Amino acid sequence: MFKRIDRNSLLFFGVTIGFFVVVQVLILVGVLTPFYETLLRLGAVYAIVSLGLNMIYGFNGQFSLGQWGFYAIGAYTAADITFRWTNQASTAGLTVLLFIVLLVGAAILILYKLLGRLRGLDALSAFTVYLLAAFGLAVVGVKIGQVVAIPLNSVLAALPAGIATTIVYVLAVIIGALIAAEVSFLFGLPVLTLGSDYFGIATLGFTIIVKVLLDNSDTLLGFEEMKGARGMIGIPKVTTWFWVFLFLMIVIVVVRNLLHSSYGRAIVSVREDEIAAKAMGIDVGHYKTLTFVLGSFFAGLAGALYAHINGFLHPDMFNFIKSFDPMIIVVFGGLGSVTGTVFAAFVWPLVLEGLLRQILPPGFETWRYVVYPLLLLIMMLLKPNGLFGNFEVPYLRQVLPALRKKISTERSQAPSAPAVKEVNG
Amino acid sequence: MSDFTPAPSNNTHEEILHIEELTKLFGGLRAVNNFSLTLHRGDLNGLIGPNGAGKTTVFNMITGVYTPTNGVINFMGQNITGLEPYQINQMGIARTFQNIRLFPKLTVLDNVRIAYHPHAGYGLMDGILHNGRFQQKETELTEKAQDFLAVFNLQDRQGEIASNLPYGEQRRLEIARALAAEPRLLLLDEPAAGMNPAETVSLMELIHFIRERFNLTILLIEHQMRVVMGICEYITVMDFGEVIARGTPAEIQANPRVVEAYLGPGSAALSEKFSRKKAL
Repeated sequence: MFKRIDRNSLLFFGVTIGFFVVVQVLILVGVLTPFYETLLRLGAVYAIVSLGLNMIYGFNGQFSLGQWGFYAIGAYTAADITFRWTNQASTAGLTVLLFIVLLVGAAILILYKLLGRLRGLDALSAFTVYLLAAFGLAVVGVKIGQVVAIPLNSVLAALPAGIATTIVYVLAVIIGALIAAEVSFLFGLPVLTLGSDYFGIATLGFTIIVKVLLDNSDTLLGFEEMKGARGMIGIPKVTTWFWVFLFLMIVIVVVRNLLHSSYGRAIVSVREDEIAAKAMGIDVGHYKTLTFVLGSFFAGLAGALYAHINGFLHPDMFNFIKSFDPMIIVVFGGLGSVTGTVFAAFVWPLVLEGLLRQILPPGFETWRYVVYPLLLLIMMLLKPNGLFGNFEVPYLRQVLPALRKKISTERSQAPSAPAVKEVNG
Repeated sequence: MSDFTPAPSNNTHEEILHIEELTKLFGGLRAVNNFSLTLHRGDLNGLIGPNGAGKTTVFNMITGVYTPTNGVINFMGQNITGLEPYQINQMGIARTFQNIRLFPKLTVLDNVRIAYHPHAGYGLMDGILHNGRFQQKETELTEKAQDFLAVFNLQDRQGEIASNLPYGEQRRLEIARALAAEPRLLLLDEPAAGMNPAETVSLMELIHFIRERFNLTILLIEHQMRVVMGICEYITVMDFGEVIARGTPAEIQANPRVVEAYLGPGSAALSEKFSRKKAL
């Protein structure tokens, strides 16, 4: 068991856990002011959503501006669940959404298997089937959820308040992420068939739709607690440094493991050359969908975590202008570099909100939106590959397997191999 | 000439590919009209014709890039018309491209390993968790890919970025990648394009070698007559989307219709004179 843990992983986890402990201690001692602690938590949240985008844009080559929409979905979903629990002592939000997520998720998985076997089914009719199934099961989920909520309520009420809230919070975060993933699947079905630029515009449209829906969430959608354009208040502020760090670590490990597997290579092959990937037996549509759903899952996760940092959500936070933030982070850090993305995501709030606020004299805060685009411009001119280019820290780097020594036997099997004749040096 | 009947082949091996009445319309343009072709196991056939004759369109229909307007493609007894390209590849048809299509920013090893992906043997969750099954299968897959590179004498290049390889090696890598998933039928689209004479000779030897080694059936499009006449056993000639001739290289060279298609009307007589002169 211990043999499998190599030095690089040990070093990586040692350093990151050390970083976590140091920050945690500094927070407890009071050296790190709540202001900077919030910036660190924000950095981790940005890192999660940007890693999702890097999967989609950096590794799969799909230019998506929709991540902010999925971020918003995750945020509002999770906030709704915890809001109902803390303010109304009701788990109805939790159970209803849980059953919707589970039922719709199961339906999507089953339908995906079944419809995949049909020959020549076009994307739009498949989309209709999925959408009907999703709506039907959502109604069923609401019914089941309302029934289950009552016994669950009494179970959670019996637990100590802190533990119950934590359970609800963690479930809310996961449900928020899953809802975002499922919505992204449904949205991606027709849209992922578009070419890269058109896909970008379509996803931008998605972000705008989500923002407008949230503006009218109380009147149009009927969620009174979301308060529409007035902003949602009263969300418990339970996202601590521990939680964001835990989820960030899970996301990094998942992304790293996935990229270093055959599935990761399949994802990257789609970016490199779609036609060649198809000719190599890679189901391009499947991997586009997979990456898009996974990236949106991360976006939803980040949004759900974000909702519980300030305890306040406003549709303007999910404006499409902001949807360029993760894009800038990814490009700044280096397309296709996990290290760069995480680094840039932490630098982003620290520089923009922290340092520039401190450096610039009072009253000049607005100038930071001049300073940072300038920095971005300079960097694009000097280092167009991003801050880190293709660099990865050793744990995240793909190791080239050692050469094998069976070559001599291979040659003897095929003595006349013409490939041996070197044409070029 | 659309009712041109395929010459009975004396090859008694099983049928690998059988194409009947294949037609492709692009709007009003008949890119391919009533194309038919039969390949038996172990065949090395050529498909030639002037530019725009529809050769690559035929390839694209066989590999599923285009859906035929009409006609049936049977591969090893199964109808593959209208299947997705990746499905057709997984059934055992591999191809290379006219302009090399490697995964340019990936290493040589990864280029080959991607071709193994459909046979990776572990699930997505294994890949995310990096569990025992993943470790075992991934090692197997990597070793297979490395052995494979060794066959093509590319093993020392495994860590090199594909786009940094010299042209000849890129071609070799593309063929290696196409063969990695152990296809039954290989379609080569102008493999000798842009190669110098020495590289061409080595390519011809390579094609012979892989055919023996991997028990392949090969269909190739080529413009360099040296290659086509040198290695193909049977040639199909296309012009304006239709088959205008079939036969052995010698028969094709003597066919006035082929000469006309390439050099224009009236040139057949000229060519005959020329070849007689050469024979003297």
